[in-house]
Amino acid sequence: MADEVVLLDFWASMFGIRVRIALAEKGIKYEYREEDLRNKSSLLLQMNPVHKKIPVLIHNDKPICESNVQVQYIDEVWHDTAPLLPSDPYQKANARLWADFVDKKTKGEEQARAKKEFMESLKLLEGELGDKAYFGGENLGYMDIALVSYYCWFHVYEKFGDFSIEAECPKLIAWAKRCMQKENVANSVPDQQKVYEFALHLKKIFGIE
Amino acid sequence: MSKAGLVLLDCWVSPFCMRVKIALNEKGLQYEARPEDLFGGKSDLLLNSNPIYKKVPVFLHDGKPLCESSIIVAYIDETWSSPPLLPSCSYARAQARFWADYIDKKVVFDACGNIWRSKGEVPVEAKTEFIEILKQLEGALGDKEYFNGDTFGFVDIVAIPLTCWFFALEKIGGFSVAAECPKFSSWMKRCLQRESVAKVMPDPEKVYEFVLMFRKMQGID
Repeated sequence: MADEVVLLDFWASMFGIRVRIALAEKGIKYEYREEDLRNKSSLLLQMNPVHKKIPVLIHNDKPICESNVQVQYIDEVWHDTAPLLPSDPYQKANARLWADFVDKKTKGEEQARAKKEFMESLKLLEGELGDKAYFGGENLGYMDIALVSYYCWFHVYEKFGDFSIEAECPKLIAWAKRCMQKENVANSVPDQQKVYEFALHLKKIFGIE
Repeated sequence: MSKAGLVLLDCWVSPFCMRVKIALNEKGLQYEARPEDLFGGKSDLLLNSNPIYKKVPVFLHDGKPLCESSIIVAYIDETWSSPPLLPSCSYARAQARFWADYIDKKVVFDACGNIWRSKGEVPVEAKTEFIEILKQLEGALGDKEYFNGDTFGFVDIVAIPLTCWFFALEKIGGFSVAAECPKFSSWMKRCLQRESVAKVMPDPEKVYEFVLMFRKMQGID
Protein backbone atom coordinates (compact mmCIF):
# COMPACT_ATOMS: atom_id res chain seq x y z
CA MET A 1 0.00 0.00 0.00
CA ALA A 2 1.42 3.38 -0.94
CA ASP A 3 1.87 5.77 1.96
CA GLU A 4 -0.58 8.62 2.11
CA VAL A 5 0.69 11.55 4.14
CA VAL A 6 -1.26 14.74 4.80
CA LEU A 7 -0.13 17.69 6.89
CA LEU A 8 -2.70 20.09 8.34
CA ASP A 9 -0.71 23.22 9.02
CA PHE A 10 -0.50 27.00 9.17
CA TRP A 11 2.23 28.76 7.16
CA ALA A 12 3.74 30.77 10.07
CA SER A 13 3.63 28.05 12.71
CA MET A 14 7.03 27.12 14.10
CA PHE A 15 5.63 23.73 15.02
CA GLY A 16 4.42 23.11 11.49
CA ILE A 17 7.82 24.14 10.15
CA ARG A 18 9.47 21.36 12.12
CA VAL A 19 7.31 18.70 10.53
CA ARG A 20 7.83 20.17 7.06
CA ILE A 21 11.60 20.03 7.49
CA ALA A 22 11.48 16.45 8.80
CA LEU A 23 9.31 15.29 5.88
CA ALA A 24 11.63 17.06 3.40
CA GLU A 25 14.75 15.58 4.98
CA LYS A 26 13.26 12.13 4.53
CA GLY A 27 12.10 12.87 0.98
CA ILE A 28 8.50 12.03 1.84
CA LYS A 29 5.81 13.18 -0.56
CA TYR A 30 2.84 14.67 1.25
CA GLU A 31 -0.20 16.85 0.78
CA TYR A 32 0.06 20.19 2.56
CA ARG A 33 -3.26 21.67 3.66
CA GLU A 34 -3.38 25.22 4.96
CA GLU A 35 -5.78 25.72 7.86
CA ASP A 36 -7.63 28.91 8.59
CA LEU A 37 -7.12 29.12 12.34
CA ARG A 38 -10.17 31.31 12.79
CA ASN A 39 -12.27 28.73 10.99
CA LYS A 40 -10.78 25.30 11.62
CA SER A 41 -11.75 22.48 9.29
CA SER A 42 -13.88 19.61 10.53
CA LEU A 43 -11.00 17.31 9.59
CA LEU A 44 -8.67 19.16 11.97
CA LEU A 45 -11.20 19.03 14.80
CA GLN A 46 -11.79 15.35 14.15
CA MET A 47 -8.10 14.45 13.90
CA ASN A 48 -6.99 16.47 16.93
CA PRO A 49 -9.99 16.54 19.25
CA VAL A 50 -7.82 16.97 22.36
CA HIS A 51 -5.96 20.17 21.43
CA LYS A 52 -7.70 21.19 18.17
CA LYS A 53 -4.38 22.58 16.94
CA ILE A 54 -2.07 22.34 13.98
CA PRO A 55 0.14 20.74 12.91
CA VAL A 56 -1.61 17.41 12.50
CA LEU A 57 0.19 14.71 10.56
CA ILE A 58 -2.14 12.15 9.01
CA HIS A 59 -0.45 8.93 7.87
CA ASN A 60 -2.74 6.53 6.04
CA ASP A 61 -5.74 8.15 7.73
CA LYS A 62 -4.24 7.91 11.23
CA PRO A 63 -3.51 11.20 13.03
CA ILE A 64 -0.37 12.05 14.98
CA CYS A 65 -0.29 15.29 17.00
CA GLU A 66 2.36 17.45 18.72
CA SER A 67 5.36 18.49 16.64
CA ASN A 68 8.12 16.71 18.57
CA VAL A 69 6.05 13.50 18.65
CA GLN A 70 5.48 13.87 14.90
CA VAL A 71 9.18 14.36 14.13
CA GLN A 72 10.08 11.28 16.19
CA TYR A 73 7.37 9.27 14.46
CA ILE A 74 8.64 10.32 11.02
CA ASP A 75 12.16 9.39 12.06
CA GLU A 76 11.08 5.92 13.23
CA VAL A 77 8.80 5.03 10.34
CA TRP A 78 11.12 6.27 7.59
CA HIS A 79 14.23 5.06 9.31
CA ASP A 80 16.18 4.19 6.17
CA THR A 81 17.19 7.74 5.24
CA ALA A 82 18.57 10.80 6.98
CA PRO A 83 18.39 9.77 10.63
CA LEU A 84 17.21 12.70 12.73
CA LEU A 85 17.91 11.29 16.17
CA PRO A 86 21.19 9.63 17.14
CA SER A 87 21.05 5.87 17.67
CA ASP A 88 23.02 6.02 20.93
CA PRO A 89 20.49 6.26 23.79
CA TYR A 90 22.52 8.84 25.75
CA GLN A 91 22.95 11.14 22.75
CA LYS A 92 19.28 10.64 21.92
CA ALA A 93 18.33 11.70 25.45
CA ASN A 94 20.54 14.77 25.09
CA ALA A 95 18.89 15.78 21.81
CA ARG A 96 15.45 15.37 23.38
CA LEU A 97 16.51 17.41 26.41
CA TRP A 98 17.61 20.38 24.31
CA ALA A 99 14.57 20.23 22.02
CA ASP A 100 12.41 20.25 25.16
CA PHE A 101 14.45 23.20 26.48
CA VAL A 102 13.73 25.12 23.28
CA ASP A 103 10.00 24.65 23.81
CA LYS A 104 10.09 25.53 27.50
CA LYS A 105 12.28 28.61 27.19
CA THR A 106 11.65 30.25 23.84
CA LYS A 107 7.91 30.75 23.98
CA GLY A 108 6.83 34.22 22.85
CA GLU A 109 6.33 35.98 26.15
CA GLU A 110 6.10 39.57 27.39
CA GLN A 111 8.88 41.90 26.41
CA ALA A 112 11.60 43.28 28.71
CA ARG A 113 11.97 40.57 31.39
CA ALA A 114 11.58 37.93 28.73
CA LYS A 115 14.30 39.56 26.61
CA LYS A 116 16.98 38.90 29.24
CA GLU A 117 15.76 35.33 29.81
CA PHE A 118 15.46 34.79 26.08
CA MET A 119 19.07 35.87 25.46
CA GLU A 120 20.27 33.72 28.35
CA SER A 121 18.52 30.74 26.83
CA LEU A 122 20.07 31.45 23.43
CA LYS A 123 23.52 31.68 25.02
CA LEU A 124 22.96 28.28 26.68
CA LEU A 125 22.01 26.89 23.30
CA GLU A 126 25.15 28.38 21.76
CA GLY A 127 27.14 26.59 24.45
CA GLU A 128 25.49 23.29 23.54
CA LEU A 129 26.26 23.86 19.84
CA GLY A 130 29.94 24.46 20.58
CA ASP A 131 32.10 24.11 17.49
CA LYS A 132 29.79 21.66 15.74
CA ALA A 133 28.27 22.55 12.39
CA TYR A 134 24.87 21.43 13.66
CA PHE A 135 23.45 20.37 17.02
CA GLY A 136 23.18 16.93 15.42
CA GLY A 137 26.91 16.93 14.60
CA GLU A 138 27.91 16.79 10.95
CA ASN A 139 24.31 16.69 9.81
CA LEU A 140 21.03 18.34 10.63
CA GLY A 141 19.23 16.47 13.41
CA TYR A 142 16.25 16.48 15.74
CA MET A 143 17.49 19.35 17.86
CA ASP A 144 18.36 21.53 14.83
CA ILE A 145 14.85 20.98 13.50
CA ALA A 146 13.32 21.91 16.87
CA LEU A 147 15.18 25.24 17.04
CA VAL A 148 15.46 26.36 13.43
CA SER A 149 11.66 26.34 13.27
CA TYR A 150 11.78 29.41 15.54
CA TYR A 151 14.36 31.22 13.41
CA CYS A 152 11.82 33.03 11.25
CA TRP A 153 10.39 34.49 14.44
CA PHE A 154 13.75 35.79 15.71
CA HIS A 155 13.43 38.78 13.39
CA VAL A 156 10.06 39.52 15.03
CA TYR A 157 11.50 39.35 18.55
CA GLU A 158 14.40 41.57 17.50
CA LYS A 159 12.12 44.22 16.05
CA PHE A 160 9.63 44.12 18.93
CA GLY A 161 12.33 43.98 21.56
CA ASP A 162 14.70 46.37 19.82
CA PHE A 163 17.82 44.26 20.13
CA SER A 164 20.11 42.24 17.89
CA ILE A 165 20.46 38.53 18.39
CA GLU A 166 23.44 38.36 16.03
CA ALA A 167 25.36 40.86 18.14
CA GLU A 168 24.95 38.72 21.27
CA CYS A 169 24.91 35.23 19.77
CA PRO A 170 26.85 35.31 16.50
CA LYS A 171 27.55 31.57 16.55
CA LEU A 172 23.89 30.73 16.81
CA ILE A 173 22.95 33.01 13.93
CA ALA A 174 25.80 31.49 11.88
CA TRP A 175 24.29 28.07 12.62
CA ALA A 176 20.81 29.29 11.61
CA LYS A 177 22.13 30.66 8.31
CA ARG A 178 23.93 27.37 7.70
CA CYS A 179 20.60 25.54 8.17
CA MET A 180 18.83 27.99 5.90
CA GLN A 181 21.28 27.16 3.11
CA LYS A 182 19.82 23.67 3.05
CA GLU A 183 17.06 23.40 0.50
CA ASN A 184 14.81 21.29 2.77
CA VAL A 185 14.91 23.96 5.44
CA ALA A 186 14.66 27.01 3.16
CA ASN A 187 11.61 25.52 1.44
CA SER A 188 9.90 24.77 4.76
CA VAL A 189 10.45 28.11 6.44
CA PRO A 190 8.35 31.16 5.59
CA ASP A 191 9.90 34.49 4.66
CA GLN A 192 10.99 36.47 7.75
CA GLN A 193 9.43 39.67 6.52
CA LYS A 194 6.07 37.95 5.96
CA VAL A 195 6.18 36.56 9.49
CA TYR A 196 6.96 40.02 10.86
CA GLU A 197 4.00 41.52 8.99
CA PHE A 198 1.82 38.72 10.34
CA ALA A 199 2.99 39.41 13.89
CA LEU A 200 2.24 43.12 13.46
CA HIS A 201 -1.20 42.17 12.24
CA LEU A 202 -1.75 39.96 15.30
CA LYS A 203 -0.60 42.79 17.55
CA LYS A 204 -3.18 45.08 15.98
CA ILE A 205 -5.98 42.53 16.33
CA PHE A 206 -5.21 41.87 19.97
CA GLY A 207 -4.77 45.56 20.63
CA ILE A 208 -1.23 45.27 21.96
CA GLU A 209 0.91 48.27 21.18
CA MET B 1 25.20 -3.78 36.87
CA SER B 2 26.71 -2.57 40.16
CA LYS B 3 24.66 -0.28 42.34
CA ALA B 4 27.35 2.37 42.07
CA GLY B 5 26.66 2.67 38.34
CA LEU B 6 23.12 3.96 38.77
CA VAL B 7 22.45 6.95 40.96
CA LEU B 8 19.29 9.02 41.29
CA LEU B 9 19.32 12.49 42.80
CA ASP B 10 15.96 12.31 44.45
CA CYS B 11 13.22 13.92 46.51
CA TRP B 12 10.61 11.68 48.18
CA VAL B 13 7.60 13.83 47.33
CA SER B 14 8.51 14.56 43.71
CA PRO B 15 6.29 12.68 41.27
CA PHE B 16 8.99 13.18 38.63
CA CYS B 17 11.53 11.28 40.72
CA MET B 18 8.94 8.55 41.34
CA ARG B 19 8.64 8.02 37.58
CA VAL B 20 12.33 7.18 37.35
CA LYS B 21 12.26 4.88 40.39
CA ILE B 22 9.26 2.96 39.05
CA ALA B 23 10.95 2.53 35.67
CA LEU B 24 14.14 1.25 37.32
CA ASN B 25 12.09 -1.14 39.47
CA GLU B 26 10.18 -2.42 36.45
CA LYS B 27 13.51 -3.23 34.81
CA GLY B 28 14.75 -4.96 37.97
CA LEU B 29 17.69 -2.56 38.30
CA GLN B 30 19.53 -1.78 41.53
CA TYR B 31 20.24 1.90 42.10
CA GLU B 32 21.24 4.35 44.78
CA ALA B 33 18.69 7.06 45.58
CA ARG B 34 20.36 10.14 47.08
CA PRO B 35 17.90 12.49 48.72
CA GLU B 36 18.38 16.16 47.89
CA ASP B 37 17.44 18.91 50.31
CA LEU B 38 15.54 21.19 47.97
CA PHE B 39 14.94 23.85 50.64
CA GLY B 40 18.18 23.67 52.62
CA GLY B 41 20.62 23.64 49.75
CA LYS B 42 21.04 21.62 46.60
CA SER B 43 24.18 19.49 46.33
CA ASP B 44 27.07 20.48 44.07
CA LEU B 45 26.52 17.25 42.19
CA LEU B 46 22.94 18.29 41.40
CA LEU B 47 23.91 21.82 40.36
CA ASN B 48 26.75 20.54 38.17
CA SER B 49 24.77 17.67 36.65
CA ASN B 50 21.73 19.76 35.79
CA PRO B 51 23.01 23.29 35.22
CA ILE B 52 20.09 24.18 32.93
CA TYR B 53 17.26 23.55 35.36
CA LYS B 54 19.01 22.68 38.66
CA LYS B 55 16.17 20.27 39.47
CA VAL B 56 15.56 16.68 40.51
CA PRO B 57 15.38 14.05 39.22
CA VAL B 58 18.87 13.67 37.84
CA PHE B 59 19.79 10.14 36.84
CA LEU B 60 23.48 9.30 36.65
CA HIS B 61 24.49 6.28 34.61
CA ASP B 62 28.16 5.58 35.30
CA GLY B 63 28.56 9.26 36.06
CA LYS B 64 26.78 10.56 32.95
CA PRO B 65 23.86 12.79 33.92
CA LEU B 66 20.37 12.71 32.44
CA CYS B 67 17.59 15.18 33.23
CA GLU B 68 13.84 15.54 32.75
CA SER B 69 11.83 12.57 34.01
CA SER B 70 10.09 11.52 30.77
CA ILE B 71 13.39 11.66 28.90
CA ILE B 72 15.08 9.63 31.65
CA VAL B 73 12.35 6.95 31.54
CA ALA B 74 12.71 6.72 27.73
CA TYR B 75 16.48 6.38 28.16
CA ILE B 76 16.06 3.59 30.73
CA ASP B 77 13.69 1.80 28.37
CA GLU B 78 16.10 2.09 25.44
CA THR B 79 19.18 1.05 27.42
CA TRP B 80 17.66 -1.91 29.28
CA SER B 81 15.20 -3.41 26.85
CA SER B 82 13.37 -5.92 29.05
CA PRO B 83 10.53 -5.67 29.80
CA PRO B 84 9.68 -3.03 27.16
CA LEU B 85 7.84 0.01 28.50
CA LEU B 86 6.75 1.31 25.10
CA PRO B 87 4.84 -0.61 22.43
CA SER B 88 6.84 -1.82 19.42
CA CYS B 89 4.49 -0.31 16.82
CA SER B 90 5.56 3.24 15.80
CA TYR B 91 2.01 4.55 15.75
CA ALA B 92 1.27 3.24 19.25
CA ARG B 93 4.55 4.77 20.44
CA ALA B 94 3.51 8.13 19.00
CA GLN B 95 0.19 7.86 20.85
CA ALA B 96 2.03 7.05 24.10
CA ARG B 97 4.34 10.04 23.67
CA PHE B 98 1.35 12.26 22.91
CA TRP B 99 -0.40 11.27 26.14
CA ALA B 100 2.79 11.63 28.20
CA ASP B 101 3.15 15.15 26.77
CA TYR B 102 -0.53 15.87 27.54
CA ILE B 103 -0.09 14.75 31.12
CA ASP B 104 2.91 16.99 31.61
CA LYS B 105 1.33 20.00 29.93
CA LYS B 106 -2.18 19.75 31.33
CA VAL B 107 -2.23 17.74 34.51
CA VAL B 108 0.95 18.70 36.21
CA PHE B 109 1.14 22.43 36.21
CA ASP B 110 -2.17 23.70 34.99
CA ALA B 111 -4.71 21.46 36.64
CA CYS B 112 -2.92 20.39 39.83
CA GLY B 113 -1.22 23.73 40.35
CA ASN B 114 -4.45 25.68 40.04
CA ILE B 115 -5.86 23.70 42.93
CA TRP B 116 -3.07 23.40 45.45
CA ARG B 117 -1.77 26.90 44.85
CA SER B 118 -5.13 28.67 45.34
CA LYS B 119 -5.51 31.12 48.15
CA GLY B 120 -8.76 30.69 50.02
CA GLU B 121 -11.52 28.75 48.30
CA VAL B 122 -10.53 26.82 45.19
CA PRO B 123 -12.38 28.29 42.20
CA VAL B 124 -15.01 25.99 40.68
CA GLU B 125 -13.36 26.34 37.26
CA ALA B 126 -10.12 24.88 38.61
CA LYS B 127 -11.93 21.79 39.91
CA THR B 128 -13.99 21.42 36.76
CA GLU B 129 -10.91 21.68 34.57
CA PHE B 130 -9.10 19.08 36.65
CA ILE B 131 -11.96 16.59 36.40
CA GLU B 132 -12.34 17.23 32.67
CA ILE B 133 -8.67 16.46 32.15
CA LEU B 134 -8.99 13.21 34.08
CA LYS B 135 -12.03 12.33 31.97
CA GLN B 136 -9.94 12.99 28.84
CA LEU B 137 -7.39 10.52 30.20
CA GLU B 138 -10.19 8.03 30.94
CA GLY B 139 -11.03 8.29 27.24
CA ALA B 140 -7.43 7.49 26.35
CA LEU B 141 -7.48 4.53 28.74
CA GLY B 142 -10.67 3.15 27.21
CA ASP B 143 -11.27 -0.48 28.14
CA LYS B 144 -7.59 -1.27 28.52
CA GLU B 145 -6.07 -2.47 31.78
CA TYR B 146 -3.32 0.12 31.47
CA PHE B 147 -2.65 3.11 29.21
CA ASN B 148 0.00 0.88 27.60
CA GLY B 149 -2.52 -1.91 26.87
CA ASP B 150 -2.36 -5.27 28.63
CA THR B 151 0.94 -4.45 30.23
CA PHE B 152 2.03 -1.58 32.45
CA GLY B 153 4.16 0.90 30.50
CA PHE B 154 5.45 4.37 29.73
CA VAL B 155 2.28 6.43 30.04
CA ASP B 156 1.25 4.56 33.21
CA ILE B 157 4.67 5.39 34.68
CA VAL B 158 4.33 9.06 33.69
CA ALA B 159 0.84 9.32 35.19
CA ILE B 160 0.71 7.21 38.37
CA PRO B 161 3.11 9.26 40.55
CA LEU B 162 0.93 12.35 40.19
CA THR B 163 -1.91 10.49 41.86
CA CYS B 164 -0.25 10.48 45.29
CA TRP B 165 -0.92 14.23 45.25
CA PHE B 166 -4.63 13.70 44.58
CA PHE B 167 -5.57 13.19 48.23
CA ALA B 168 -4.11 16.64 48.98
CA LEU B 169 -5.97 18.16 46.02
CA GLU B 170 -9.22 16.52 47.12
CA LYS B 171 -8.84 17.86 50.66
CA ILE B 172 -7.96 21.38 49.52
CA GLY B 173 -10.53 21.43 46.73
CA GLY B 174 -13.36 19.50 48.40
CA PHE B 175 -14.05 16.90 45.72
CA SER B 176 -13.49 13.19 45.10
CA VAL B 177 -11.66 11.68 42.15
CA ALA B 178 -13.20 8.24 42.77
CA ALA B 179 -16.71 9.69 42.64
CA GLU B 180 -16.11 11.72 39.47
CA CYS B 181 -13.77 9.40 37.55
CA PRO B 182 -14.33 5.80 38.67
CA LYS B 183 -12.45 4.31 35.70
CA PHE B 184 -9.40 6.42 36.44
CA SER B 185 -9.67 5.48 40.09
CA SER B 186 -9.73 1.74 39.19
CA TRP B 187 -6.64 2.19 37.04
CA MET B 188 -4.90 3.91 39.98
CA LYS B 189 -5.69 0.98 42.29
CA ARG B 190 -4.48 -1.51 39.68
CA CYS B 191 -1.13 0.29 39.37
CA LEU B 192 -0.71 0.57 43.14
CA GLN B 193 -0.89 -3.22 43.37
CA ARG B 194 2.36 -3.47 41.44
CA GLU B 195 5.38 -3.79 43.71
CA SER B 196 7.44 -1.47 41.50
CA VAL B 197 4.92 1.28 42.19
CA ALA B 198 3.89 0.49 45.78
CA LYS B 199 7.42 0.63 47.16
CA VAL B 200 8.01 4.05 45.60
CA MET B 201 4.78 5.95 46.20
CA PRO B 202 4.64 7.84 49.50
CA ASP B 203 1.65 7.79 51.84
CA PRO B 204 -0.84 10.38 50.45
CA GLU B 205 -1.39 11.69 54.00
CA LYS B 206 2.32 12.54 54.20
CA VAL B 207 2.10 14.31 50.83
CA TYR B 208 -0.88 16.28 52.13
CA GLU B 209 1.12 17.39 55.18
CA PHE B 210 3.94 18.43 52.86
CA VAL B 211 1.60 20.43 50.62
CA LEU B 212 0.12 22.23 53.64
CA MET B 213 3.60 23.08 54.88
CA PHE B 214 4.62 24.26 51.41
CA ARG B 215 1.52 26.43 51.13
CA LYS B 216 2.39 28.08 54.46
CA MET B 217 5.93 28.69 53.27
CA GLN B 218 4.60 30.34 50.13
CA GLY B 219 2.19 32.43 52.15
CA ILE B 220 -0.86 30.76 50.66
CA ASP B 221 -2.25 29.50 53.99
